[in-house]
Amino acid sequence: MSVNHLENRSGSPGSGDSPIDSYRERWLRSALKVAAIVAVVLAACWESGVLNPVVLAEGLPALGALFADAIPPDFARWREWIVPLYDTLIMSIAGTAFAVVFSVPIAFLAAENTSPHRLVYHASRTVLNALRAVPELIMGIIFVAAVGFGVLPGVLAVGLHSIGMVGKFYAEAIEHVDDAPVEATRAAGCSGLQTVCFGIFPQVLPQFADVSIYRWEYNFRASTVMGMVGAGGIGFELMSALKVMDYQQGMAVMLVVLVMVTIVDSISGVIRRRFK
Amino acid sequence: MLTIDKLTKTYADGHQALRDCSFTVPGAQVVAVIGPSGAGKSTLIRCINRLVAPTRGHVHLGDTDLTAAGTAGLRDVRRRIGMIFQEFNLIERLTVMENVLAGRLATVSFLQAFLRRFPAGDIDRAFELLGRVGLDGYENSRADALSGGQRQRVGIARALMQEPELLLVDEPTSSLDPKVARSIMGLICELAGERRIPALINIHDVGLALGFAQRVIGLNGGRVVFDGAPEAVDEAVLTRIYGADEWRDAFRQEGGEDMLAAGGAAS
Repeated sequence: MSVNHLENRSGSPGSGDSPIDSYRERWLRSALKVAAIVAVVLAACWESGVLNPVVLAEGLPALGALFADAIPPDFARWREWIVPLYDTLIMSIAGTAFAVVFSVPIAFLAAENTSPHRLVYHASRTVLNALRAVPELIMGIIFVAAVGFGVLPGVLAVGLHSIGMVGKFYAEAIEHVDDAPVEATRAAGCSGLQTVCFGIFPQVLPQFADVSIYRWEYNFRASTVMGMVGAGGIGFELMSALKVMDYQQGMAVMLVVLVMVTIVDSISGVIRRRFK
Repeated sequence: MLTIDKLTKTYADGHQALRDCSFTVPGAQVVAVIGPSGAGKSTLIRCINRLVAPTRGHVHLGDTDLTAAGTAGLRDVRRRIGMIFQEFNLIERLTVMENVLAGRLATVSFLQAFLRRFPAGDIDRAFELLGRVGLDGYENSRADALSGGQRQRVGIARALMQEPELLLVDEPTSSLDPKVARSIMGLICELAGERRIPALINIHDVGLALGFAQRVIGLNGGRVVFDGAPEAVDEAVLTRIYGADEWRDAFRQEGGEDMLAAGGAAS
């Protein structure tokens, strides 16, 4: 439908001989596009083995066996998990704070209406895209190599990757501000920085808070796996259990993570509703 | 004193919004600028404080040439000009008090403003102004919780907070219903009069313009086509400003025609 709409607007009238012909031709063209997309999806599924009945027939029972090995979950080492869980929590908070602090200035440079120059605008957008393009786990590996094992490389990895998304969302909030109060502050003789702080900042503050808290929620989930690359947190415990094939303990760690993620999600939800 | 000399504005798309506009506002005088939409009223007012950059011509406020002012000079002279807007242009999420104090933003340091540490004298004056515009007790309400008329009262208090030497007022009543429009227009003219501040008021409502202003400037196609006392505005003048037939539409307000009849009889 939407494809048809677009073509109605941009397509040249009278491309067919009669109205009915042109209508059929348009239908045929959109049908071809849909068929092309379906073909690509099917090819990808086939190549990756998702549609391979032999592999699936072997894999599913093995998965069932693994699951059976993991029952009942083994919580015997729960005392050992308290510190890693605490590390995971502070990693997500510190990482998000790191991202927020650097996202605010970059966002003002990456928003069309506040950027000092086109070049600065494009440069900051490129930086944000680049940060988004590198997954936090890859950044984790790099930072572990740079600053050693522990929570700090996790904070840096989570924080740096977050700037890409947080900065972009902040910049979009800035681009959608109402110009009227900005005009009023300029008319009263305010400088550029004052205009930004008093004309724009109060308007975008709720969106900034919303994005940041949502990102904290996301970062907590991301922090639970950082331990797998040695960047601190509960992920390390999960990794160790899986390495020695102690699936009962692995299952217990995953259940604890699930509970923590649910708690963090609901806290985040409550805080975000307050900012509405 | 405000002197406007051959002010011309041509937009990038070639549209000529102002053509060689010249006039002088000596001392405290309430001047209504009337004209059909697209006549250049809004551009005229924004060219004075350079929210829109004029293409040619000069604007002087006292001895200061606004058109020649650099960045810092422009900020200085903007502090001396209060502006009131059609859509009020308040910072919706901040309180009434913070919006009024925004009129003093340019006079305090960045840090002072950020920490909301305005001089005690400013705060006293803000309270006094709030009382004067009829918003006693509203200082802690958020701007977006107020009615249109109340918001415009905040806008007026903010402009006066600057202790301006000139008021630029852009369609102050267009977003308000007729009864509120009348009281807002009355309030602006009263305050301008008692504080001896010259005011340039864009208004498309001819009834209000003739009822409140001491002088009327008519714009059409970016040119000044009339400049005189409200009593001198008759059908012929309105036809010159609005074109034949069009001007009756400009009387939005009830009783506007009566006022014209009274003005016409006096001339």
